[in-house]
Amino acid sequence: MTQVATSPHSYAAQFARFTQQTTLPDALASLRDDAFSCFDRLGFPTTRLEEWRFTNVAPIAETPFVAPPTGIDYTRADLDALHLTRLGGPELVFVNGTFAPALSTTDGVPAGVRIRSLATVLAHEDAAAVAVHLGRLARIESHAFTALNTAFLCDGAVVEVASGVVVDTPIHLLFVTRSGAEPVLSQPRVLVVAGANSQVRVVESHAGDGETPYLNNTVTEISVGDYAVVDYYTLVREAAAGFRIGSLHAALGRSSNFSSHIITLGGAIVRNEARLVFAGEGGECTLNGLYLAKERQLVDNQTTIDHAQPHCDSHELYKGILGGRSRAVFNGKIIVRLDAQKTNAKQSNKTLLLSEDAQITTKPQLEIFANDVKCTHGATVGQLDQDALFYLRSRGLSRDQARQLLTHAFASDLLGHIKVEAIRTQLDALLLEWLPVGG
Amino acid sequence: MLVVRNLHAKVGNRQILNGIDLTVNAGEVHAIMGPNGSGKSTLAGVLAGRDEFVVTAGSVTFKGQDLLALEPEERAREGLFLAFQYPVEIPGVNNAYLLKAALNEVRKHRGEPVLDAIDFLTLARERMKLLGIDDSLMDRPVNAGFSGGEKKRNEIFQMAVLEPSLAILDETDSGLDIDALKTVAAGVNAMRSPDRAMVVVTHYQRLLNYIVPDFVHVLSDGRIVKSGGKELALELEEKGYGWIESAPAAASSEAPPQTVESV
Ligand SMILES: Nc1ncnc2c1ncn2[C@@H]1O[C@H](COP(=O)(O)OP(=O)(O)OP(=O)(O)O)[C@@H](O)[C@H]1O
Ligand SMILES: [Mg+2]
Repeated sequence: MTQVATSPHSYAAQFARFTQQTTLPDALASLRDDAFSCFDRLGFPTTRLEEWRFTNVAPIAETPFVAPPTGIDYTRADLDALHLTRLGGPELVFVNGTFAPALSTTDGVPAGVRIRSLATVLAHEDAAAVAVHLGRLARIESHAFTALNTAFLCDGAVVEVASGVVVDTPIHLLFVTRSGAEPVLSQPRVLVVAGANSQVRVVESHAGDGETPYLNNTVTEISVGDYAVVDYYTLVREAAAGFRIGSLHAALGRSSNFSSHIITLGGAIVRNEARLVFAGEGGECTLNGLYLAKERQLVDNQTTIDHAQPHCDSHELYKGILGGRSRAVFNGKIIVRLDAQKTNAKQSNKTLLLSEDAQITTKPQLEIFANDVKCTHGATVGQLDQDALFYLRSRGLSRDQARQLLTHAFASDLLGHIKVEAIRTQLDALLLEWLPVGG
Repeated sequence: MLVVRNLHAKVGNRQILNGIDLTVNAGEVHAIMGPNGSGKSTLAGVLAGRDEFVVTAGSVTFKGQDLLALEPEERAREGLFLAFQYPVEIPGVNNAYLLKAALNEVRKHRGEPVLDAIDFLTLARERMKLLGIDDSLMDRPVNAGFSGGEKKRNEIFQMAVLEPSLAILDETDSGLDIDALKTVAAGVNAMRSPDRAMVVVTHYQRLLNYIVPDFVHVLSDGRIVKSGGKELALELEEKGYGWIESAPAAASSEAPPQTVESV
């Protein structure tokens, strides 16, 4: 068979090699095979698909990504050069999707919490117990990128919090990507299982460097136990040439509370999907997103909140700040199932356009089958307030300072929701100096 | 300090200022009065550099420089301050943050070292006390949700911190009850000094009982139609504007400066 670099066939060859090199528990081996067939059948999405209409991933499909070379020399200095917020607690670092123990620390992991690399878990005897969670929320059948990630399942992070355990320090998972001579495909997998009545904060940081494109294709699955409180942060600071496709899936147990904050600051094409399902009654979720884009960046946020159970509240706020010729897409789907009475769902997407060439496509999608529900949604698009700009300048601030201050102000309510102080402080600073060139 | 010559300005296609002449020397307080829509705020806006006002003729020099050639922030750093008639609400921008940034820009421009957070707070607290302003105002977003009176006080507070050489107060008195008016006036008076000038725009002579002006000018239809001493304000209060609007223009505003009163 001839290998065509731009077709999935090259992935087929890589998959064949991959399956020879790695062994998995039976259940996962068949999941992996299924996943590759799905990917093979689906191919990369095109803009003909409704869910990808405004996000053209041709640049990804046309790049011949390869599995990362092993034993890449990535130092602590390389990591520090990315200036990622460090949280002082347990920190697992992944280089091109592979766990890097030398860069990681699991000091201070409290009793009742296990933080391991997926590779470690898969080699361990309890692999099967963990494996049941993989692929349960992140379905491979209709999503090529999820299928691709699942097909190459081998490493990533597994965080397990036992029932009733309250974790004070946030757990930090860092995913750094760097291409060598060839564009690499990094495909980490994250699994978080928070037991009943537990509380935990997890931060995923995604970053990269170098001029060569790479694809960071991440799948995160989170199981929020009954009465558990999980606060989840996804910080996306990919390199200018980097692509990221990430999906976060969470199932919320009875009366649990889950919040997700997805913050995008960098990357050529970034797609963040968040799919939440209320699996028990009385749950509450907050879904926040902030995305800053300039030049020719494309940021796509897709959210789905599935109110499958009654008496659940969801609050969703996504805000975008777009400069240059950047484009953003927001698609917020809320499903309220027949039985999900007393649902309270609030969705809002607000965009600040800093240039005339920037563009947002925003689309709320409500599918409501129950009758006793409260659902609201709204979208606004605006520019910087000229009166405010003049007011600030009349006090002695330069035009750029005034613009930065107002840009920061636009995002300030979202920043206020960030409970990990180190992250909030860094984002405060980043926003105050963020300014797209030429508007 | 400020010399305005034959100033004409328009907004859109509408001519609003039709030849303003005004000279303000250091140490002087000028009051500008005039009916609604006569162009008082437009004049203030042109001086502060609001870009929707287009100067079509005339000149303005400030401390010997061509004021109209400067950006709004450069004017501020040179020492011009406008207390807005309608202070802008800016949710999400912290009052203290703005003021510290503004003060440090001004200080940098003057060649003075920037203040750190602690020195800034010490200064700000002192000025707040002077103006009877509550500490909590500093931690709130700029003007957002402020009452009318709080907004006006906040403007004067900013002025007290920035210490401009020329302050233009556009209807800082409107909406203030008598107690608030007295506090604001006391704050303004405390700032009066031989090297600082003020232009006070007001509709009512009441404010001028507390901030006693050296000169009073009447603006009508974009022109100064009459100038005089503080007694002109009383006359206006009594007779309204009708009697001068048709009168021939302006006595000179360049009368010798009077002694500066402090209250
Ligand atoms: N941005 C603008 N666009 C259009 N017209 C304007 C604008 N600003 C001011 N004007 C008009 O210019 C004229 C002068 O307005 P200005 O605000 O200077 O008056 P003023 O003397 O300050 O009045 P007031 O006593 O009501 O504050 C008014 O007729 C006003 O409607
Ligand atoms: Mg006015």
